[in-house]
Amino acid sequence: MQITSPEFKANSRAALADAQLQKALVNVRTGFIEKRQKAVDALPEFDRLRDSARDIKNHVLENLDLYLEAYEKKVVQSGGHVHWAQTAEDARGAILDICRKANARVVTKGKSMITEEIALNDFLESHGITPVETDLGEYIIQLRGEHPSHIIAPAVHLNKEQVEEDFRRVHDHLAPGRDLSEPEALLGEARRVLRSRYFEADVGITGANFLVAETGTSIIVTNEGNGDLTQILPRVHIVVASIEKIVPTLEDASQVLRVLARSATGQDMSVYTTLSTGPRRATDVDGPDEYHVILLDNGRSAMLGTEFQDMLRCIRCGACMNHCPVYHAVGGHAYGWVYPGPMGAVLTPSLIGVAKGGHLPNASTFCGRCESVCPMKIPLPRMMRHWREREFERGLNPGVARYGLSFWAFFARRPKLYRLASAIGIPLLSFATFGRKRLAWLPFAGGWTKFRDLPMPESRTFMQQFRDRDATTKQAAR
Amino acid sequence: MDATMARPRVGLFVTCLVDLFRPVVGFAAVKLIEDSGCTVEVPMAQTCCGQPAYNSGDRLDTRRIAENTIRAFEDYDYVVAPSGSCAGMLKKHYPGLFKGDPRWETRAAAFAAKVHELVTFLTDVRGVTDTGADHHGSVTYHDSCSGLRELGIRDQPRALLAKVDGLTLNELQDADVCCGFGGTFCVKYSDISNAIVSQKTEKIAASGAGTLLAGDLGCLMNMAGKLKRQGSAVESRHVAEVLAGMTDGPPIGGAG
Amino acid sequence: MSGREAILAKVRASLKAQPEDGPRLAAVERRMAKPPRGVIPARGQLSPEGRVELFASLAEKFATTVARVRDPADVPEAVAAYLRSRNLPSAIRLGADKRLAGMPWQGQRAMEVRTGPSDGNDEAGVSHAFAAVAETGTLVLVSGRDNPSTVNFLPEHHIVVLNAGDVDGDLETALAKVRKSFGRGKMPRTVNLITGPSRSGDIEQKIILGAHGPRALHVILVGA
Repeated sequence: MQITSPEFKANSRAALADAQLQKALVNVRTGFIEKRQKAVDALPEFDRLRDSARDIKNHVLENLDLYLEAYEKKVVQSGGHVHWAQTAEDARGAILDICRKANARVVTKGKSMITEEIALNDFLESHGITPVETDLGEYIIQLRGEHPSHIIAPAVHLNKEQVEEDFRRVHDHLAPGRDLSEPEALLGEARRVLRSRYFEADVGITGANFLVAETGTSIIVTNEGNGDLTQILPRVHIVVASIEKIVPTLEDASQVLRVLARSATGQDMSVYTTLSTGPRRATDVDGPDEYHVILLDNGRSAMLGTEFQDMLRCIRCGACMNHCPVYHAVGGHAYGWVYPGPMGAVLTPSLIGVAKGGHLPNASTFCGRCESVCPMKIPLPRMMRHWREREFERGLNPGVARYGLSFWAFFARRPKLYRLASAIGIPLLSFATFGRKRLAWLPFAGGWTKFRDLPMPESRTFMQQFRDRDATTKQAAR
Repeated sequence: MDATMARPRVGLFVTCLVDLFRPVVGFAAVKLIEDSGCTVEVPMAQTCCGQPAYNSGDRLDTRRIAENTIRAFEDYDYVVAPSGSCAGMLKKHYPGLFKGDPRWETRAAAFAAKVHELVTFLTDVRGVTDTGADHHGSVTYHDSCSGLRELGIRDQPRALLAKVDGLTLNELQDADVCCGFGGTFCVKYSDISNAIVSQKTEKIAASGAGTLLAGDLGCLMNMAGKLKRQGSAVESRHVAEVLAGMTDGPPIGGAG
Repeated sequence: MSGREAILAKVRASLKAQPEDGPRLAAVERRMAKPPRGVIPARGQLSPEGRVELFASLAEKFATTVARVRDPADVPEAVAAYLRSRNLPSAIRLGADKRLAGMPWQGQRAMEVRTGPSDGNDEAGVSHAFAAVAETGTLVLVSGRDNPSTVNFLPEHHIVVLNAGDVDGDLETALAKVRKSFGRGKMPRTVNLITGPSRSGDIEQKIILGAHGPRALHVILVGA
């Protein structure tokens, strides 16, 4: 997919002016937050579980090489295949090979952000294979030629009228007079249309929420059941997962599962948590004949051992974006690549480079709400600041801001000069603005005064006034 | 108890915004701290906490500014700032700047341990339950992000406001949601900041309060600036002004 | 260098780790051999009866319906009653589970009992649960000839028979039972943890039941 992260500012202006989008974003600001809070309040152990989940992932990351080897061994023992992919290109190549060997024409897909990351759909299409997204939200945006705007609610930027329009356009074999005014009708229609696609598919592709090293198991978590139909009906099941999805044991998976759904949708458990291990057994009467896992690195190994290692704990619940004022304002597409919101602001520069993704960690107020709700306690603001440091070191931030900052810092480091400058500057500013209490415009402050008035200083600084008061009191005491 | 601990010496970290834009908050802080039984001094060697540099990725300048602040304040019994954001910077972020430099790390940790935000200093350290102020009218209170999430400031200002004669507190819906200030964010991403602060002023209007209070001048200037631009009659003040009974002067951005 | 070797080498370089690192390897193997249980919510740590009640109340909260029968022999009648109450044809799909096979289906003369995996043309499927988890109202089903996975997902109505004695307090206990039953490091092809009927909130965040899986999930609790 085309990366528009460098145009974040233009993207966000367009998003703010998009009335349909703004209407849809109201749903994010309310529903997700209330549901999560309710689920969290109902589980007194929630915060301790967050610590437990964090510790599990930290342990995994410190021993990732060993757990990957253990996991691979178990997958092979259970009759599956593991394909190691260093890059998105490697992953796409491995998937295409498997599809070709299976003579695949149609591939069904469960919801997976990793296949967005490797831009799989376009690639398969260009090789004559039709990918069919089966998650309702993913299906809708595939019809529209769009990408997910949220990692767990891909079509959260749309309203039902827009979906109705798309269904009427694409499902043109159905009666034009049918009633599609309510979400129930839209869902019913998608269910009927997709049901036949599951049976048609030769290969089913899912992501993975967890890979269990102890057993060689991949776990997916869904509510619709589409991920399950995607993996049990076709002859071949391909799991695409990045290397940090490993957890050591079934117990560890259980710990993290407890915080996942509560943080994501406010459910105690998602409807379907499915543990898959290898292909169909001799004792099975359904399920896939082949089971493949694509283990993707794509830049993650380089995050280990750096200040960005903590980001690899992320379980993709979406809580950070659900609670982010910037995401609430502009939605996910403005971020310009696969991962939006605070997690995207940290991960995107790691994966596509800070030169392209640099706006994202800057476009944060550092309000800290993301970190306060993150089930894995990832210090998201801190890592955004680390990106800003890398940008600063490499001189990537715009010249005006940089020089303005050094000018200010020159004084801030020198108390006497600072005191002198403010003692002269403030009265001068007050004089030049005729003692007004607020300004509607000031040179160099356009970003502020375009939307707000600027409250003006009084005629003298606190320090000047306090020194005088202090002197007076001391004199009086004498 | 020795005499100094009976009347601790407090170094007031004024914050650059209060120094330059709203001196009355500084005087309110001095009064409140003195009334709580402390001696207040204002070291002239202070400048800014360094957040503009820190949040722009300029670690070197931040560190130099931090060294200056620590030098100026480390001899006091307490360091108090009328801002959750600056106090958070001093308390939570300074120590990290000196990682790997044992001498400064120890100094920064000792300094950080003495730092408090003004309102929580009054309630949690000095045990103040009533500041004896009065303020006639309804107010609403915005929880500034750093204070709320880095320092756990939420109930303390509400408890003190509850004791202010004549004051009624109308709780603000989504009081814990960012106002869109974010330091340089509000200028760098002004369109987004405007969208966020517009949500906030909508909620402020819906609260029906005549006065908006908060504990951080940055957020207040942002919200007051937007309210003024919208022609709102809501007045904005730092919570310390009300707690100190120093509300005779004009509100932030002037009256009317 | 293969992708495998390259990735492992990069991971080790970043971690400043060696492949033959005794203490690290020992820690990893110890954890997998003796998994620590972590934080277990108090909510599900109840008497057997308490667990059944908690399971039933949470399952119902998440839109599962629950019926109770005293004896396995009562299950066919309970299934028939469910089908009648939903105006469904008297036909079910089930696998080769001996516990289900041993039930008196012949007593339901009008009922068509199809066996084997579902082909997508069944209105109702019947499975036997391996276990259940009280803390979240979750069913645990394992794949195989006895209870094919397709029966869990393709029929519009999924009826699950659950022995009251198989309700565990927490997820860890239920999964440890799977491990014990199939052998360490050996898992059935699929373990389905199911908490309510299929649903989607993808259109305007409005939750609607019956997305791609069953529209309705009905549990028949035996012996409770």
